Amino acid sequence: MTELRRRGGGGDPDSTESISDKEADGDDRLGFPGEGEGDMEGDSKADTPDVPPSADNTPECLNKALEGLSSRWKNWWIRGILSLTMIVGFFLIIYLGPIMLILLVMGIQIKCFHEIITIGYRVYHSYELPWFRTLSWYFLICVNYFFYGETVADYFGVLVQREEPLQFLVRYHRFISFALYLAGFCMFVLSLVKKHYRLQFYMFAWTHVTLLIVVTQSHLVIQNLFEGMIWFILPISTVICNDIMAYLFGFFFGRTPLIKLSPKKTWEGFIGGFFATVAFSFFFAYLLSPYQHFVCPVEYNSETNRFAVECEPSNLFVMQEYTLPAVVQNGVRWKTVNLYPFQIHSIALSSFASLIGPFGGFFASGFKRAFKIKDFADTIPGHGGIMDRFDCQYLMATFVHVYIASFIRGPNPSKVLQQLLLLHPEQQLSIFNMLRNHLQEKGMLPPAVEEAQ
Amino acid sequence: MTELRHRGATEKELQEQHSEDKVTDKEKGSETEGRSERDGASDSEIKPDTGVAEVPVPADDTPEVLNKALSGLSSRWKNWWVRGILTLAMISFFFFIIYLGPIVLMMIVLCVQIKCFHEIITIGYSVYHSYHLPWFRTLSWYFLLCVNYFFYGETVTDCFFTLVQREEPLRILSKYHRFISFALYLTGFCMFVLSLVKKHYRLQFYMFGWTHVTLLIVVTQSHLIIHNLFEGMIWFIVPISCVICNDIMAYMFGFFFGRTPLIKLSPKKTWEGFIGGFFATVVFGILLSYVMAGYRYFVCPVEFNNDSNRFTVDCEPSELFQLQDYGLPSVLQSITGWTTVKLYPFQIHSIALSAFASIMGPFGGFFASGFKRAFKIKDFANTIPGHGGIMDRFDCQYLMATFVNVYIASFIRGPNPTKVIQQLLALRPDQQLHIFNSLKAHLTEKGLLPALEEAA
Repeated sequence: MTELRRRGGGGDPDSTESISDKEADGDDRLGFPGEGEGDMEGDSKADTPDVPPSADNTPECLNKALEGLSSRWKNWWIRGILSLTMIVGFFLIIYLGPIMLILLVMGIQIKCFHEIITIGYRVYHSYELPWFRTLSWYFLICVNYFFYGETVADYFGVLVQREEPLQFLVRYHRFISFALYLAGFCMFVLSLVKKHYRLQFYMFAWTHVTLLIVVTQSHLVIQNLFEGMIWFILPISTVICNDIMAYLFGFFFGRTPLIKLSPKKTWEGFIGGFFATVAFSFFFAYLLSPYQHFVCPVEYNSETNRFAVECEPSNLFVMQEYTLPAVVQNGVRWKTVNLYPFQIHSIALSSFASLIGPFGGFFASGFKRAFKIKDFADTIPGHGGIMDRFDCQYLMATFVHVYIASFIRGPNPSKVLQQLLLLHPEQQLSIFNMLRNHLQEKGMLPPAVEEAQ
Repeated sequence: MTELRHRGATEKELQEQHSEDKVTDKEKGSETEGRSERDGASDSEIKPDTGVAEVPVPADDTPEVLNKALSGLSSRWKNWWVRGILTLAMISFFFFIIYLGPIVLMMIVLCVQIKCFHEIITIGYSVYHSYHLPWFRTLSWYFLLCVNYFFYGETVTDCFFTLVQREEPLRILSKYHRFISFALYLTGFCMFVLSLVKKHYRLQFYMFGWTHVTLLIVVTQSHLIIHNLFEGMIWFIVPISCVICNDIMAYMFGFFFGRTPLIKLSPKKTWEGFIGGFFATVVFGILLSYVMAGYRYFVCPVEFNNDSNRFTVDCEPSELFQLQDYGLPSVLQSITGWTTVKLYPFQIHSIALSAFASIMGPFGGFFASGFKRAFKIKDFANTIPGHGGIMDRFDCQYLMATFVNVYIASFIRGPNPTKVIQQLLALRPDQQLHIFNSLKAHLTEKGLLPALEEAA
């Protein structure tokens, strides 16, 4: 996301690309001093269309269409078109429904993992390490198996109870996942080769940290999705909006630099982006809240064997009247205003996206500087790799998940029922009696005549 | 644990190892592996010392009293004795702590965790010469605190549920616990980003990664150990004892019968030691469980008694810890002349636990050996004389703790009824009603409830 702000036009003032290896640390074998150097956009070469497209995989059609423009505007147009394409693609996938979204998240996760691991290989020149690529992908599969297994067990409870092999897999799921992981661990230990110990440990750690960041976050994204598609769409849109707004504000009004790490970010962009994002998400939440398709938890309907998004919208998505504080009343001359409670929550989400989200971007910038790479990869023309686009999203996904768990959602009823069914019959009986008394007190059950038990 | 098999080195070798850090990786790779191997080889006995008392003591913090007592012996035997005495001291200390009860055990686990973390982080500093990195030590300890706060908060909320509900500030802390922990972690993350200094980016990212991997290994495992402890102290004692026993037995078997090397990574381990250790540990596990399963103190889950505000270990032992008759297979019947044997079911489980300790535990030790070779250190630290650092003693335990926890979750324990009740009460009334009806249907099916006609 930070790439949106690195405009063409003059080389980037950060001369860190030319730091010699010695300054970073004396111990490691770093191979490639000037890797990112020639790559900068708008390297103020001539305005001819013959700018050498340095590792550029812009599709030919775009190239032809933009032939006549100068390098700077060409880049601007490419970025713009790709941005629009990505946003349109995003809406299309939303239209296609939850399963497509899950598949998309999984695809992105795999690509991000691949990008980061590839960087690790390049940094450590460890292509020739025995087994290592196999092991990295194996660990990815293990961790995904563990997480998806937990999700499937929760949400597809009824389906799982029907099928015998699935039941076995679910009951011993943790054990099976742990056994798989251990197998990978033992393979790693057995693959240690005498001259490459340190490299192998580095790659092992690199893999694990990447798994920690990429895989856990993508599963949090999917869990948010199951709460209701609005919990997936709104945060992501807010982060994207913050990027674009901060860029625009910085472009028009930017003057005071924000942080040395990203010299092109400015305080004006940051603050302007904050207000614009809060306003945007406020309105966007208003737009999305009436639709059941977005607001209802995604559930698996065991009869039709499909995902269903239908429910009675919770209180959060029902219009309520709020009285304005006296100050605002004088200003606006309305006494009350009709809002969805969710819009209040959206203010919290968008504040987080604007204030803390950029730190994810700074982290990724620092990472790229540390390892002297310009972009994570070249997947998206004009934007870099998938990781470049998603670096701010990760903190956001965790925040939304923690927010939901703390302020919105109670425990999942089907999960509680599952656990109940696993208890001993005596325990079930005592809980049953306790629950009956509780419900009778609350008036949900008519006070029953005490039957002989 | 592998240190049990590496005898003490002279000071010269230690110094040579430290100076290696400054050489580039390539040269180091080939050279020092050879050196470590020579280390391992020459390590064994034969420093041709005379029986003189003046063996130079390398970075050795053996207490003076031991030194005096052993002053007459040669270096080789002196080391042997130092190790032996320290081993006995540690084992007695272990039993003493068990006697003192669960709270003290938890504190000990916490201290061991902090010391292990400190050792590994210090190694990271010395490898990367990053003492002068701004903020880094503060940040590492801060992250340790955050993660511990998160885990202990979850544990406290589970076990001390009633106490927490009573006290207002505690209740708020526990309700928003995840949010607070996440906010604390984020603060650390932002501080890290703000502390990135231009010339030290890579170093700082390395240390960040190093800290997180260490947290992942050390802190999560120590919390799994505490969870195991709450299941019943026997789930804490038997696994740890099995790993210790496996180490000692494998060493003994290797010492007396060892011939075929096991793995290039640890040249002193042998197949004879491995297999002998396996059988000895399984037998030891069976016997130890037999001894312990009779006592409530070890077998009952640790619970917090709200009235007396203390931990109590008092309960009706579960079926796992009640003697049952097992019919012997006919083969064994003919040998021993018994038709049935009385065993605790737990002893069957202990076979699984000790098998894991003997087969997989050493992999944890190989991992630590590889790590030490990779970073060219002899021991993690010098905390324990003759043995090295705390990590050296605990490297095999980590895999064991996770295994026991997963084992309990999969095969032994069902969900915790108290927890289920908590969750039930947190649901909305209509959800509670729905669950009530499902439960009623289920219980009626099972015949536990006479078929009632209740208007719901």
